[in-house]
Amino acid sequence: MIEKREIILGENEPYIINMGPQHPSTHGVLRFELSLKGETVFKVVPHCGYIHRGIEKICESDTYQQIIHLTDRMDYLSAHQNNEAVSLCVEKALGVEVPERVKVIRTILSELGRLASHQLWWCAFGMDLGALTTFFYGLRDRERILDIFEESFGSRLLHSYICPGGLMNDIHPNFQKRIKDFIIYFRKKLPEYDKLLTGNVIFKERSKGIGIMSLEDAISFGVTGPSGRGSGFSCDIRKSQPYSAYDRVDFKEILYTEGDTYSRYKVRIDEMWESMKILEQLVDQIPEGDYTAKMKPVIKLPEGEYFQSVETARGELGVYIVSKGDKFPVRVKFRTPNFSNLFIISKLAIGHKIADLVAISGSLDLIIPDIDR
Amino acid sequence: MEELQQILSDLLPGAVFNTNPQFVEAVVPAGDLHKFALELKNNPKTLFDYLVCCSGVDKNEELSVVYHLRSTKLKHNCVIKVVTTDRVNPEFDSVFDLWASAEFFEREIFDFYGIKFKNHPDLRRLFLEDDFVGYPLRKDYVDNINIVQ
Repeated sequence: MIEKREIILGENEPYIINMGPQHPSTHGVLRFELSLKGETVFKVVPHCGYIHRGIEKICESDTYQQIIHLTDRMDYLSAHQNNEAVSLCVEKALGVEVPERVKVIRTILSELGRLASHQLWWCAFGMDLGALTTFFYGLRDRERILDIFEESFGSRLLHSYICPGGLMNDIHPNFQKRIKDFIIYFRKKLPEYDKLLTGNVIFKERSKGIGIMSLEDAISFGVTGPSGRGSGFSCDIRKSQPYSAYDRVDFKEILYTEGDTYSRYKVRIDEMWESMKILEQLVDQIPEGDYTAKMKPVIKLPEGEYFQSVETARGELGVYIVSKGDKFPVRVKFRTPNFSNLFIISKLAIGHKIADLVAISGSLDLIIPDIDR
Repeated sequence: MEELQQILSDLLPGAVFNTNPQFVEAVVPAGDLHKFALELKNNPKTLFDYLVCCSGVDKNEELSVVYHLRSTKLKHNCVIKVVTTDRVNPEFDSVFDLWASAEFFEREIFDFYGIKFKNHPDLRRLFLEDDFVGYPLRKDYVDNINIVQ
């Protein structure tokens, strides 16, 4: 006689599985240690360090020009903003005023980088939730931005183009025309994103009310960028501490108050519209002039401590440099947005299914090399 | 900034203020760190509710932990430092109960500098393996195989 029984895994004893380090939805080498009851997650422990390269230690034996090239490798989708953060910090320490042309070009590049990054996030996020088509739509449009980058400075991903004092070289003569063409093109294409994913019933069911982050948690964990702004945390460095040319452009800081996966998604979609608005305001306003200020070949920062924040595509990147007046820094600390955004996942995923954990980690838009540095 | 410095010097007796063109910077006695941090977070004049960055610094003769604080309501910043000359067993108070992000910043500092944090709930290495020997971001750390300097 066979007795019929139902056993739920993890009901009586902890049932632990490892998600990662080689898992497509962690977008890199990150491991989540999940404690499960059936399919429901009740504990998440992130394990990082699989791609730790000791960038902060290497910086201590590098000159400031060399550090620029390492910062690309942290958040590779915000390469321009990372370069800009170190450059602004060094310029602040030296008291160098960069030419107006440099400020405007830097702002344009930051916004182009933000657009490209949000596009890639949109493709990957759709794919995480099972909508593979988004991947082709997003990459199709992102390709056009990368082409603009490639034409002006030769590289598509890791640019190292913004350096202390200004830019590595002048922009390509086609630069402005191609940006204008791109904006005309993308203004038509962005509504497609909404048609394909935002209004999709399955997508809404998968994202609304999932992984609700309260404003208090966002501030306490230091969750910045679109993830924090989805919870109503007004943390846009472009507004609160304007740098480069952000003080002269008109744009809105996107804030949603629900704090769920869907509102984090909406923040990024709306930010793409705002980025295009900033680009339109600046692309015809690039003043003539030098592309770099006059800098000494060996930069020695005066003794002291300097801190500079910029807004990358994922949140606040802080660069903290301690100098003793030498050509090498004593200490360089990167307060990277993804490091602070990661750990709240232990709180958000509780009580949700494994598939929802994938949606939540996708909506936080994690870049693992930026966590591990 | 002078105004904030005045407020802080009233709130933090015993703190030494350094000149820093960017922020108000106070070096507080290590024993009072948690008490002062609690005051800074909850006092209605300061309301530092957001820990921006928490970094360990090794300047050869002293180890220190630097807290960059910001108030999201009052929109001001300050820097708090604790310093020790003890390189064998450096220890400070943990502030993880005030700012949740501190838990992980402190684990990173423990990992790289070997600074321990009292009352920390889960003080393990964050990036390096658990059996890693030494604290690699200290200035006196020597690794003959993976030479970085």
